[in-house]
Amino acid sequence: MAEKGVAQVWRRFDSIYNLIGTHCSNCGTYYFPPRLVCPKCRRKGKLEEYKYKGLGKIHTFSIVRQAPENFKRQVPYVVAQVQLDEGPRLTAQIVNIDPEDVKIGMRVRVCFRKITEYGEGGIIVYGYKFEPTMIVTGHE
Amino acid sequence: MVGIIGYGVYIPRYRIKTEEIACVWGEDGEAMAHGLRVFEKSLPGPDEDVVTISTEAARNAVKYAELDPKRIGAVYVGSESHPYAVKPTGTIVSEAIGCSTDMTCADFEFACKAGTAAVQACMGLVSSKMIDVGLAIGADTAQGRPGDALEYSAAAGGVAILIGKENPVATIETTTSFTTDTPDFWRREGEDFPSHGARFTGEPAYFRHVEEGAKALMKKTDTTIDDYDYFVFHQPNGKFPMAMGKTLGVPMEKLEDSLVVKDIGNTYSASAMMGLARILDIADPGSKIFMVSYGSGAGSDAFSIVVEDEIEAHRGEVPTVDDYIKRKTYVNYSIYAKYRRKIKALG
Ligand SMILES: [Zn+2]
Repeated sequence: MAEKGVAQVWRRFDSIYNLIGTHCSNCGTYYFPPRLVCPKCRRKGKLEEYKYKGLGKIHTFSIVRQAPENFKRQVPYVVAQVQLDEGPRLTAQIVNIDPEDVKIGMRVRVCFRKITEYGEGGIIVYGYKFEPTMIVTGHE
Repeated sequence: MVGIIGYGVYIPRYRIKTEEIACVWGEDGEAMAHGLRVFEKSLPGPDEDVVTISTEAARNAVKYAELDPKRIGAVYVGSESHPYAVKPTGTIVSEAIGCSTDMTCADFEFACKAGTAAVQACMGLVSSKMIDVGLAIGADTAQGRPGDALEYSAAAGGVAILIGKENPVATIETTTSFTTDTPDFWRREGEDFPSHGARFTGEPAYFRHVEEGAKALMKKTDTTIDDYDYFVFHQPNGKFPMAMGKTLGVPMEKLEDSLVVKDIGNTYSASAMMGLARILDIADPGSKIFMVSYGSGAGSDAFSIVVEDEIEAHRGEVPTVDDYIKRKTYVNYSIYAKYRRKIKALG
């Protein structure tokens, strides 16, 4: 059985798996999701592919307690606006933390998670979410 | 010589205590925990599976090795809980860690030793110069039938090992395997939970294969227990590897550092590899490690490994096994059931 939406999601795999956006070398602005044209420089803009370091902080967030069918198992969960260190803001789920411990300004790093499933027999979509930065033994 | 040029692990944050599971089924939790030597086990979050666990472990391995992922020529993921029945886990992992398209990839299955089988395949490809670097992963989100003995130990975690020749952090001197047709544990297509031969899982299965594997490796390398500093055996629970050590005459102090099972349970395809990773986290250069994995069905893979000076240049970049063990939050049985899809109504 052919499935609706598979091709549309597939085209974005690279960007949502690896947090790949664009950087304009003319004005220095970073974009996520990737853009075809720099809205600041227009025709003077020089856009190149850019892989984000995956570090940032929570700009704002909300706790979801009433969720759509696909997300019921995760309730309550946190959806936040994450400000990446390079500049852009994106919307993502915050995981590996209890919702009541999430704070504005908290440092987060990207992680790889299941985003949604197209039903029990459908494809599984994976991509970025964010989690609090971890303690690493021997790292300053 | 071929060796480990990097490795990385991942253990989900959630834990459930043996006592909590025992309480639901009217068992004596304390006696159960001490009998099995499993005090708590890890479980995946509702948005984690073998693909996400493998990816996190592999990203750690790549960072640890300071490797350009485009140099990876093979990605093999060993697991018994691949999310798709048809569609490889490895292709998703490869793309998520930034591999090139010029590489070979496949999923491996051999119960709990699928990960070490992947290590052996990568060793062959690297030794024969077919590839530059190979990535072998063992990862699982193991499930036990509610109320079954396996429910106390079936856990989640993953280990990724990069195999190559350039500046290894540990050299793999040699490997041997011992394989028979033994129906100790199985799961048929479409079944949610595995079946096992109960008492049959001990003597003719785990103990025979691990012991024969260990003896074969010592014979091949002309070594004895005294030649090794650390021992790692597959850990279906804490009791089995300890009994195996006793049979083989391994002093407890050479075995105990690898016994991560007491804190996280049996991570199946990652189990022996997780024990190895914990040793690689702490061992001094020059240390010799003896590892034997075990997979039901049945077989064992034995490895003789030497830690190199290079290892000191890589530590402190990615979380250690203990960093992940310490990062935890406890859940009760109802949250566990919700996350593990034991409640069918939630889909
Ligand atoms: Zn611009």
